[in-house]
Amino acid sequence: MKHTISVLVENEFGVLSRISGLFSGRGFNIESLSVAPTMETDLSRMTLVTRGDDRVLEQITKQLNKLISTIKVVDFTGGEYIERELALIKVSTDAESRAEALRIVDIFRAKVIDVTPKSYTIEITGAPAKINGILELLRPMGIKEVVRSGPVVIGRGAKGVVG
Amino acid sequence: MELTGSQILLESLKLEGVDTVFGYPGGAVINIYDDLYESSIKHVLTRHEQAAVHAADGYARCTGKVGVAIATSGPGATNTVTGIATAYMDSIPMVIITGQVPTPLIGNDAFQEADMCGITRPCTKHNYLVADIRDLARIIKEAFYIARTGRPGPVLIDLPKDIQVKSHKFNYPDKVSLRGYKPTYSGNIRQIEKAAKMVLSARKPVLYVGGGITLSAADDELLKLVEQTKIPVTTTLMAMAAFPQRHPLALGMLGMHGTFYANMSVTECDLLIAVGARFDDRVTGRIDSFAEKAKIIHVDIDPTSIGKNVEVDLPIVGDLKDTLGKLSGCLNQKPELLEDLVEATEEWRSAIGEWKERHPMTYRPSKSVIKPQFVIEKVSEMTDEDAIITTEVGQHQMWAAQFFAFRRPKTFLTSGGLGTMGFGLPAALGAQVAYPERQVIDISGDGSFQMNSQELATLVQYQLPVKIVILNNNYLGMVRQWQQMFFEKRYSQTVMELPIDFIKLAEAYGATGLQATKVDEVEATIKLALETPGPVLMNFKVSREENVLPMVPAGKAIHEMVLAS
Repeated sequence: MKHTISVLVENEFGVLSRISGLFSGRGFNIESLSVAPTMETDLSRMTLVTRGDDRVLEQITKQLNKLISTIKVVDFTGGEYIERELALIKVSTDAESRAEALRIVDIFRAKVIDVTPKSYTIEITGAPAKINGILELLRPMGIKEVVRSGPVVIGRGAKGVVG
Repeated sequence: MELTGSQILLESLKLEGVDTVFGYPGGAVINIYDDLYESSIKHVLTRHEQAAVHAADGYARCTGKVGVAIATSGPGATNTVTGIATAYMDSIPMVIITGQVPTPLIGNDAFQEADMCGITRPCTKHNYLVADIRDLARIIKEAFYIARTGRPGPVLIDLPKDIQVKSHKFNYPDKVSLRGYKPTYSGNIRQIEKAAKMVLSARKPVLYVGGGITLSAADDELLKLVEQTKIPVTTTLMAMAAFPQRHPLALGMLGMHGTFYANMSVTECDLLIAVGARFDDRVTGRIDSFAEKAKIIHVDIDPTSIGKNVEVDLPIVGDLKDTLGKLSGCLNQKPELLEDLVEATEEWRSAIGEWKERHPMTYRPSKSVIKPQFVIEKVSEMTDEDAIITTEVGQHQMWAAQFFAFRRPKTFLTSGGLGTMGFGLPAALGAQVAYPERQVIDISGDGSFQMNSQELATLVQYQLPVKIVILNNNYLGMVRQWQQMFFEKRYSQTVMELPIDFIKLAEAYGATGLQATKVDEVEATIKLALETPGPVLMNFKVSREENVLPMVPAGKAIHEMVLAS
């Protein structure tokens, strides 16, 4: 089962390799990972998507917690949360397909952020499923490149995770 | 007052109570060695960096203190890795200090540069690259704190040469503040009460005790709990000395080379109380049939150990000393139920007694050839079971665990998790440095011994009276045994073709070498060795194709033991 885990870590030298090394060393998989500093500059937040059964996930959260550099681990799966991903998509266009491309962009509330005679570059944010959706529709035109950020998540409601 | 980085290091070590370090000098630690020249800290020069780490490890295992080793950058540092991984697998508190090339050169493929934080990340509890002299004292403080608290383990500090030379005001912090590291010491009392209930309603309970008991110094609490409940105790390789093996409730070791009665007890029990053990594959055999009739209570300070290999019915995260103490307390509040328990489990203990009678831990004695088990029994008797025993890895290690009747905590130092050949001699060296007056004996095989035999020089230089027992079969015996049992006796690369003259080898270093080739020479050889001052090597030519039994073949359940060849 897919799990989205948020990990608050010390923003210090080598912390990313401690986390990624833990996953590779113990045979856990990482589907996506995004990292950035938080409001407190000495903290970073990682959002990672992984898969595994309950026992694997228990080990993943325990092992993450065991790292000295880890401050907090939250597995959002099963809870109420909002998930967003950013994707930049470069799609081939010609005279025939340009209008269709713009319609799709419009429907998905995406944006064209760069234009050439032969291409559009599109920016879209949304849940990963939405991004998969637009990619599906743009595919027939010829996708030249896709850059996805991997999802980031935040819990619903008034309560925040400090940092 | 301003001190240099290397002075800050040594002053900090003193404040941490370190009086002895093990190490090997080199270019990137030359400043530290210059300050050691006139320091009150004793430095023991081993002949290999790996041995320095094993020696510090042996020192830590027998004293409970944090062991400290120093090595230079590059090859010196990479040589420490096996030692660090050994300590990590067995949760031994250590601080390893490696030199590093100057900070401006890091990443440039400089001479003797190796990315030690990268290399040791998976085999240290934590590691540090000191990038700023202002952080040095805090890092040392944290390193010792992390090494000795929670589930202990090795911490590496990679110290660039320019930081050793720079000066800064020395201010050793009183406290550490690590917001991501707060080990749980106190076992949850509700869980402990539940455990007490489970214990009181058990009819076939067994205690399965691991190395955590030694790390937590909870030997007394364990003994008390056993006396109180009369629950039989099986110990892992790491815990053989944590419970007196001559105690009537001692079942000896369990697992791949465990006793028949320990393995049967675990298979048949209705309650398994695992304390400070981690359900290692060498203990459990086929995991789905391990203690399959039992409810399992698992007490450990490391939450990741619980539920990792087997599902448990009652997890308790906490320090064993605290938890077992509280459990005893809970049980004491119900003296009648406790009495009932002892009575109701009488049948169970006599069933175990029958298993013990049917298949005791034994071997076929011989008058014509020296049996390795016989040598161990004699060493056990002739040292009054009071010596500090270290081992290498292989058959001799298992025989030591099976036939030495340990009775005092911290007297069996062996590489349990990583299984490092070459551990025993340097570990004995470290133990002898810690306790100059005690008898320290390395039980070894001819294969393992040659992995760190250069440490004979260290023993002689410091006149450390370590006695070395080589059970010499001219084979890599454990692998040979597997080849015999599972590979149709195809002894691929396990025959040590060249017979070594170990007496000459010992003498070349200035140590005493003795040899026994006949059964009736065994006792005299051990006696002479124990009476001879300084390091003594004893070469016992033992029965060559002796096997370690019982044995649970890989992939089998632990009650499916091979009992005889």
